[in-house]
Amino acid sequence: MAAEALKELGDHIKGALSADVFATSITHGQLVVTAKRESILRVMAFLRDDSKCRFAVLVDLCGVDYPDRAERFEVVYHLLSLALNQRIRVKVTADEETPVPSVTGLWSAAGWFEREAWDLFGIYFSDHPDLRRLLTDYGFEGHPLRKDFPLTGYVELRYDEEQKRVVYEKVKLKQEFRSFDFLSPWEGMNEILPGDEKARGQTP
Amino acid sequence: MSEARDTLMKDQPVGADAPQVQIKNFTMNFGPQHPAAHGVLRLVLEMDGEVIERADAHIGLLHRGTEKLIEYKTYLQAVPYFDRLDYVSPMCMEHAYALAVEKLLGITAPPRAQYIRVLYAEITRILNHLLNITAFALDVGAITPFLWGFEERERLMEFYERVCGARLHAAYFRPGGVHQDLPTGLAEDILGFCDTFPKVIDDIEELLTENRIFRQRTVDIGIVSAQQAQDWGFAGPMLRASGVPWDLRRAQPYDAYAAMDFDVPIGKNGDCFDRYLVRIEEMRQSLRIIRQALAQMPPGPVKVNDRKVAPPPRGEMKQSMEALIHHFKLYTEGYHVPAGETYCAVEAPKGEFGVYLVADGSNRPYRCKIRSPDYCFLQGIDFMSKGHMLADVVAIIGSMDIVFGSIDR
Repeated sequence: MAAEALKELGDHIKGALSADVFATSITHGQLVVTAKRESILRVMAFLRDDSKCRFAVLVDLCGVDYPDRAERFEVVYHLLSLALNQRIRVKVTADEETPVPSVTGLWSAAGWFEREAWDLFGIYFSDHPDLRRLLTDYGFEGHPLRKDFPLTGYVELRYDEEQKRVVYEKVKLKQEFRSFDFLSPWEGMNEILPGDEKARGQTP
Repeated sequence: MSEARDTLMKDQPVGADAPQVQIKNFTMNFGPQHPAAHGVLRLVLEMDGEVIERADAHIGLLHRGTEKLIEYKTYLQAVPYFDRLDYVSPMCMEHAYALAVEKLLGITAPPRAQYIRVLYAEITRILNHLLNITAFALDVGAITPFLWGFEERERLMEFYERVCGARLHAAYFRPGGVHQDLPTGLAEDILGFCDTFPKVIDDIEELLTENRIFRQRTVDIGIVSAQQAQDWGFAGPMLRASGVPWDLRRAQPYDAYAAMDFDVPIGKNGDCFDRYLVRIEEMRQSLRIIRQALAQMPPGPVKVNDRKVAPPPRGEMKQSMEALIHHFKLYTEGYHVPAGETYCAVEAPKGEFGVYLVADGSNRPYRCKIRSPDYCFLQGIDFMSKGHMLADVVAIIGSMDIVFGSIDR
């Protein structure tokens, strides 16, 4: 029942916005729409105002970093319709240079969410009224949630008794951060161990 | 008073002869070290005399990079980070995460675990509302409810301690169920609490609801219309106080909430006083849910019977080599979650708490975005406090129920 309604909604969106939407799919019982970056405002306005959608609440907006892709960032919007009791996820892609149109004009809630995505990922939102850093320190450099930003960061700060102020220094670790390789035979190994080929009768 | 003003006016030159005085707006720092800021909130207030023109919240002073840290931990190791987000209602945070991981793994917790989760989610709700209501009252000048509330909170935290060993940082709701079953005698004690607690709510209400000072400080302060609440992404009591009957426990039930019978209280005016009333009533409804959960709780296992996700019992590990290997692998490598993404939300005491989890097939989350309700509330401080007096900002912050652990993450 719920799945049918979701599929119907997906078809409706795809039908009405065929020029702006790449695809709609349903994963884990949730509707996902991938949209063109340039037309995100049209898609969002439609989702908010159309009588069959009425997604009046912007629940969440966040970035995800995929460094291997041509456009490394994904901006993920989660919308909620109180009237229809439905959720939807809208995705657009972006990279370091291309700006994503800001949805602050549609939902006031987007203000801080976009500031956060700018702060943590460096995704630029055009027409945002106040795109300052939000969560990181005053004067912070870099975008910490990018995959190429090290977990331990670059600088640490402490109070210096002699200078009577807080000073920033390069991070010094007593022990390097250890990242373990968990690829293990437990889940089934695919690569052939040296010597195993003999057992299969493939003498080198 | 007016007579004095009249004589004063007579002495002053009027009209074009009056001297023009430019009053510059005054900028004031509120916090980050302020008892009424509920943590490390820094508000930069632009003021016209005593009236707020603009409020700019500077957050991030408690930013610990939880989302980044979770990307470097296994799925099980990420659970304790959720306790440390909204440290006033720890188990509800874990609940959203556990549901998200379960959805990606394609498992559901056994019925008994679902009831235990509902039971503890509601205990957590009372825990949270007790602190919020009483700290709110303290902000506007009443200290007694705070002292009374803490006595009850201590009893609730004892229930926490008995079930998981910790008063605050529980790590109790885990993907696949809960960590341990309820110890003997705990259910009776919780029922005993349900019998005595309504009296405490009545006492607190007696001090506050009809209190003239409390009403003067809260009624018609920080009004949020239903439309504004949705526009700013509000949820929970902040949304319901504005008259929107929306509760995820009712609208999109998770775990055993579908079997529970409870009312969703809503407010009429959306002011600070209504938010207080909604929370008071929610505590009463939580008691109803706790009683039902205890009465209907079926016997059975409290975690899934899948050794690749949940560890084997201790006794079995003494006898079975396989169980020992499973235990070792689970607590070192952890389980691999199939690639996919999901968003799971629960009705946390503050509002909709959601986890957007992206898995890449390894044993660590690829991305874990935490959507905390109070983040949205604090964003609205600007429009809520505009035109109010400085003292009202304190009341508005108190009624928003914000905790910096979950705002800054």
